[in-house]
Amino acid sequence: MSARTTTDRQQFTGSMRFLHWLMAAMVLAMLGIGIAMVASLGDYRRLVSIHRPLGILILILVVIRFVNRRLSSLPPFPATMSPQERFAARASEALLYTLLLVQPLVGWGMLSAARYPIVLFGSLHLFPILPHSVMLYAVLRRTHTFLAYLLFLAFVAHFGAILFHALIVRDGMLSRMAPWRVRAR
Amino acid sequence: MAPLGANEDAKTTNGSGELLSETAPMEKHPAPLTARNMFARLAGIGVLLLGVVGAFLYLGGWFSPQKLTPARFVDEFERVSGIHSGFRRNHAKGVCVRGFFDSNGQGARLSKAVAFQSGRVPVVGRFSLGGGDPHATDDLSTVRGLGLQFSLPDGEQWRTAMIDLPVFPFKDPQAFYDNLVASQRDPNTHQPDPAKGAAFLASHPETARALAIIKSHAPSSGFDNTAYYSLNAFRFVNAEGASTYVRWTLAPVQPYEAGTGASQDKNFLFDGLIASIQQHPLQWHLIMTVAQPGDPTDNATIQWPEGREQVDVGTLTLDSVESEETNPARDINFDPLVLPAGMAPSNDPLLSARSAVYSQSFTRRAGETKEPSEITPSEVRK
Repeated sequence: MSARTTTDRQQFTGSMRFLHWLMAAMVLAMLGIGIAMVASLGDYRRLVSIHRPLGILILILVVIRFVNRRLSSLPPFPATMSPQERFAARASEALLYTLLLVQPLVGWGMLSAARYPIVLFGSLHLFPILPHSVMLYAVLRRTHTFLAYLLFLAFVAHFGAILFHALIVRDGMLSRMAPWRVRAR
Repeated sequence: MAPLGANEDAKTTNGSGELLSETAPMEKHPAPLTARNMFARLAGIGVLLLGVVGAFLYLGGWFSPQKLTPARFVDEFERVSGIHSGFRRNHAKGVCVRGFFDSNGQGARLSKAVAFQSGRVPVVGRFSLGGGDPHATDDLSTVRGLGLQFSLPDGEQWRTAMIDLPVFPFKDPQAFYDNLVASQRDPNTHQPDPAKGAAFLASHPETARALAIIKSHAPSSGFDNTAYYSLNAFRFVNAEGASTYVRWTLAPVQPYEAGTGASQDKNFLFDGLIASIQQHPLQWHLIMTVAQPGDPTDNATIQWPEGREQVDVGTLTLDSVESEETNPARDINFDPLVLPAGMAPSNDPLLSARSAVYSQSFTRRAGETKEPSEITPSEVRK
């Protein structure tokens, strides 16, 4: 890709790794809460009241994370990866970033179109970003479900790929994003 | 961890020359995996991935097809009443109203919600009859509903969906659902099976007790002289942070008049409401009944004892009526858990379930073509 990838870094920067693992936990929790709440009667309220503010927090963090990534130098891919694998890795990364940005926006948009107040905490709530239209809500609501499954599948692929690298190829791929500091060789 | 994979040799000897252009410098190889070791690791990866997918589907209820979900609840409403495009799955027949709420400030000691500070807030609402048929014939014995949305000055909202029953016949969502199933009409006789109804009552004594209370209140002659009840308890929090459990009632200013039942045309209840509101604004007092410690807050089938403190917190005035076709209330989900700060749900299991099922009903009807309402704009004008 760019010259930024050809540094002698062994790992992503500390802030990138922190944001990665923080968001990984949040997004996984979010996917679980999302699929559980739509099938739940008794826990619906509790889950919804976590889902909405957590979604907005993810939206804020993904913007910070994207900017942070643009400003940081990146470690190179391991030598084991073919150009096709590198392309797949970059494409899946782009897909994940896009989904993490679009999914909360679709959620905010659909609640806006339905004129549900989006309460974050106490009396703090978000303004609507779309006009009141139940048809628009219906489309965005379906989109939100579709994107959630797509995001989940992208996560499974990402998880599978890193397990493959860590356990089969053993090329140090995981150490690039390890939460702990890996000493330069 | 070593920087190179076991398959590095294979790749470089395959002649992919550009492979090394962006890579870290080569160092020592990890020892190659034995076939058995490789298989075990691949199997481990497979198990982990399947576990993740399985956990996700488990959370979504895929492995518990008997579990009552919002979708299955609404399916049952649709089985009972059919699907009427664009209409609510319950309380399908309705008409919309506008007005305002004048708070007298007395509620502020119970809740810090802006709605209870002295002043006026605009209200939109919808009167409805229970049942999933939007063209049902009005009947005095049908449950009457009133959904309201209070738009508070700072953009907060309070929504409430009330009915004219002083207690609710079902203590939890499962009982409500089981009753829906039991009251399913037989395809041959077009009547519910009385044996199923009796069996339901026998296994739900709280429903029998609630129905006795409900039957002791003869229905009034119209929507305008009816009292509407919150049914569920809510937790109010005041500015000092003190919590109180309350239920509320809209007590009509219009004098009670017993319904005669001498009939009357298909829309007599709605037509009566329209005529009444066009004559003069309709008013209700919003009365908060305050629980004492020990009063049940999680069971809407039980009335609180007589003599509980009642606080009149203000007056609701409804002064205009419109067909659903021209009023935004059609597209509002009167979700009882849209609450401003200072009002919170109680532990009543019905509240979360109502919110979930209303949302499911709203989502289904939102995407459907909107058929004309029974109460058309010309019906309102005549």
